[in-house]
Amino acid sequence: MSEMRDILKDTVTRLFTDLVTRETLGDAETGTWPDALWNACAENGLTLALVPEEMGGAGLGWADSFVIARAAGHHGPPVPLVETMLGSWLLSEAGLEIPEGPLTVAPVRTDDNLQVGGNAVSGTAKAVPWGRQAGHAVVLSNGQIALVALNSSMVTENCNIAREPRDTVNFDNAPLIASAPTSLPKDGLQVYGAMFRAAQLAGGVARCLDETVQYAGDRIQFSRPIAKYQVIQQYLAAMAGHMASAGAAAEMAFRAADRGDPRFEAASAKVVTGDAAGNATSTAHQVHGAIGFTYEHILQFTTRRLWSWRAEFGAESRWAEEIGRQVAGRGADAFWPDLTARQSGMVA
Amino acid sequence: MDSLYFEPCELPQEAEVLRGEIRDFLADNLDPYSPEVRSRSWAGGDPEFSQKLGEAGFIGMRFPKKYGGHERNAMERYVVIEELLAAGAPVALHWIADRQSGPLLLNYGTEKQREMCLPGVAKGETYFCIGMSEPDSGSDLASIRTKAVKVDGGYVVNGTKIWTSEAHRCHYMIALFRTDSEVEEKHKGMSQFLVDMNTPGVTARPIRNMAGEEMFNEVSFVDAFIPEDMLVGEEGKGWQQVLSELAFERSGPERYMSSHILLHALIREVSQNPTERSAVAIGRLIAHLATLRQMSLSVAGMQDAGQDPSLAGSVVKDLGAVYEQDMPKIAHELVGADPQLMGGSDFEKVLAYVTQATISFSLRGGTREILRGIIARGLGLR
Repeated sequence: MSEMRDILKDTVTRLFTDLVTRETLGDAETGTWPDALWNACAENGLTLALVPEEMGGAGLGWADSFVIARAAGHHGPPVPLVETMLGSWLLSEAGLEIPEGPLTVAPVRTDDNLQVGGNAVSGTAKAVPWGRQAGHAVVLSNGQIALVALNSSMVTENCNIAREPRDTVNFDNAPLIASAPTSLPKDGLQVYGAMFRAAQLAGGVARCLDETVQYAGDRIQFSRPIAKYQVIQQYLAAMAGHMASAGAAAEMAFRAADRGDPRFEAASAKVVTGDAAGNATSTAHQVHGAIGFTYEHILQFTTRRLWSWRAEFGAESRWAEEIGRQVAGRGADAFWPDLTARQSGMVA
Repeated sequence: MDSLYFEPCELPQEAEVLRGEIRDFLADNLDPYSPEVRSRSWAGGDPEFSQKLGEAGFIGMRFPKKYGGHERNAMERYVVIEELLAAGAPVALHWIADRQSGPLLLNYGTEKQREMCLPGVAKGETYFCIGMSEPDSGSDLASIRTKAVKVDGGYVVNGTKIWTSEAHRCHYMIALFRTDSEVEEKHKGMSQFLVDMNTPGVTARPIRNMAGEEMFNEVSFVDAFIPEDMLVGEEGKGWQQVLSELAFERSGPERYMSSHILLHALIREVSQNPTERSAVAIGRLIAHLATLRQMSLSVAGMQDAGQDPSLAGSVVKDLGAVYEQDMPKIAHELVGADPQLMGGSDFEKVLAYVTQATISFSLRGGTREILRGIIARGLGLR
């Protein structure tokens, strides 16, 4: 890892360790906005990590930003950090000014039909992350990136399994603050959203492993820590494999984004990290036993996020099907040359 | 868990140039081999192919030139071996010599041993087998009992090695024997030897496997005399040397690419008219393949940088075996073919073979349980 990324990793780890406590996580589920946490993210340049310095951002590339997104998955800060990273990047790419405060993105789901036209956005978007708390939404539709102010009359509250806000937003001819054409495909938000969720999933799986290794070392049964039993060691070793593959898959996608279109790598990462999340959550809970099934224990803040994130911006099956159709269309003799060429960075 | 971080590693440009060369070579030389033959992957061998590959400069790529090698770097070698695996080239005969015995002799062997063996290895004419497991010692390798007793000018060996791939066709074995039976600690008192398979008293008997092949062997040693200059490395340091040999054995792309020809056949079978179900299944395999390749490249990068790849290699081998072993099940579910051994389509024949072969993928080179034990140690659990 580069020195830059090491420093970044230390910074975000310290920030989240201090400010994303069990209390913060619990309070957020009952509607408390963690002001100190959000301000710290903004002041440290995390929210505008991908925005060029001349536009007021940190000017990081994707490979560096991966460190932030993965740490966000590890600690689960209950704020739209990665959504603001994505939204502000989209605005900066389109040459639009970035407003203060938390951003969200829409549409998250492919079957939501938003129309941008005549200086307004119409249509309804479901499962919009932090819709009630984000001041603005960055909308990608009709080949346009558009910025829209959100207000409470547009939002119907809902949430995912982790009780993170996932609201229905009825745009109903909401006026555009600004808009500009984009070369991203119609479902470009899904691609980049999937990539961010993959990084969060990788971080969350690593957290599951950390918690479970710790618990297995502490928990004594039959006069020994359960970590001393071979069956538990075998479970944890398999989980470590899933942790490692999730991290590799997600990082591969972010690095691909630095080279060009990361669509294939983002799709692969969402499949691999989603599969890893399924495996890791089961093992983590099995090893933790009954205590892990309580609201009191910290583990469930991570596992409920993993089950939510793996479904958002396209589940494993959605992205696997896309890859599979692509591979089938290119024929059996092409998949290996295609893969080696992409991974060598020879094809953007 | 920073010890399980897989630093991304990209192949340098010269390695990609080499990819074009090895692909051209394979295009010219693989025609005689059917998909069924290719599906044997690195368990299938042909002396003529090994020789041609050696002649073209694709074996012993990292060996010094003075031993017939080509002084290429680890990433260049990586590209060549992954292309051989992707094509299902019949590489079994020279594979072990190129992968681990040659590097072992370069690390620990004497000048005489290197000069005697390495040029033939690089030509694709000298084959090696691995003398580790014994009838009563599989996963518990340190419990081996085959004894090498010091006599005038050498050692006399008695005992049995087993599951020795291609021993009946190999010229040499790198064998682990017990040279000191008195030591308390069982990891001590073992030594490695370079054994000429033509030595009187050494006999390789093929053991037919469940797929009907004669691939692995039982090798017996009855009063076999091994000259003292065939000791490899230091007497009593066999265990440490074996661990570094195993790092070569366990860390390559063959640990996730052994079912690659079935993947190819499966994609061919379903690509005309992919259903949602088959597209999802193929896509999932490709996503995991892309990730495993990235991790495997990372391990190669660690090796190139002189770091110990044992833990990372064990992770890739463990994940890779699960991926390879899922392949026949997925092919069975998607196509519902009814493989018949005496005939059928290429796809059916490939499926019939790989279904049987995959059983061994989480056994050979260290069982799943042993690898997970190594990973658990990496997690600080033992």
